[in-house]
Amino acid sequence: MCQDCGCSLNGPAQRLAPLHRPETQTLPLLQSLHLQNQAVADDIRNHFAQHQVLAINLMSSPGAGKTTLLEATLAQLASEFRCAVLEGDLETDLDAQRIRAQGVPALQITTGNACHLDAQMIKDALEQLDLANLDIVFIENVGNLVCPASFDLGQHANVILLSVTEGDDKPAKYPVMFRAADLVLISKIDLLPYLGDFDPARAEAFLRRLASQAPVMPLSARQGEGLETWFGWLRDQRRSVQTTLAAQSA
Amino acid sequence: MHEFSLCRALLGQLERLARDQGAAQVIRVTLRVGPLSGAEPKLLRDAFPLASEGSLAEGAELVIETVPVLVYCPACQTDSEASPNDLRCRRCGAADTQLRGGDELLLVSADLRTEPAIQT
Repeated sequence: MCQDCGCSLNGPAQRLAPLHRPETQTLPLLQSLHLQNQAVADDIRNHFAQHQVLAINLMSSPGAGKTTLLEATLAQLASEFRCAVLEGDLETDLDAQRIRAQGVPALQITTGNACHLDAQMIKDALEQLDLANLDIVFIENVGNLVCPASFDLGQHANVILLSVTEGDDKPAKYPVMFRAADLVLISKIDLLPYLGDFDPARAEAFLRRLASQAPVMPLSARQGEGLETWFGWLRDQRRSVQTTLAAQSA
Repeated sequence: MHEFSLCRALLGQLERLARDQGAAQVIRVTLRVGPLSGAEPKLLRDAFPLASEGSLAEGAELVIETVPVLVYCPACQTDSEASPNDLRCRRCGAADTQLRGGDELLLVSADLRTEPAIQT
């Protein structure tokens, strides 16, 4: 019996036989494994754009101060922009509670064992938000410097926090994450005097080695230092979302 | 460990392809994975058998091609190999290089087994 398809022809006769059809075929594909996530993320991005909503994906290791930064940001900007927050965590809605305490709508996405948010989770959560009544959506990703980098959520910009307690070599250790940054915030700089071994310039040098042009802003969400620069960046981003839409519809 | 999620996405793609092609089984899957893709070949290999259980790709051979990190330097107009955490041009040291390869996470090909056309 033929080894390829199980027909009864053997040897050279196979080549001539119309009955013989090889049963395996190699299908050339060259398609991204992110195909599906990407399609959903593109939908989300369009959805945000239609409503002129700026979407920011905040990423960092656990405890770098994402929620604290959001609290400080919303305290200042909630009167200027209509904001909402999507909180990604493995468990609990503690972070969402902290945001709601500011009078800002927050949706908790509990990922269970998943170490990252993906586009579908964002799409599902957005069904509960009325984008027509929003200006900025902050997505607080799961605290993790590895996995979230691989999943487009339809955001306009990735903002990565690097807290001074983590060490200035993080961009060299997590190149995939830091390469994805549109902005790097060096957080908790009020602690710098107590550490002594975190050099913001060294952190930035490691980031530049990744061919990244992302601006680096040192700040302290608790003490307020550097926050104005961050707010200014957010205002610029929001303006550019509006300008883009205006240009498209012109 | 997001490799399991990636494998599940891969399985979705494979099942769709197999259905479109009328294939009964996926027998080999070839991926191309770069060091800057965010995916770890070893973890993909570990996750694939679990993710493919009960699917048309159960038992399929997983082939992973790895590729180097390549950057193009606009200043000296050359391509050079780089390490994942140092994308500077090897020749002139410029930091504003463009990534030419190394972030791939691609399904290169799938070998499908179709039902024999004629059984004897």
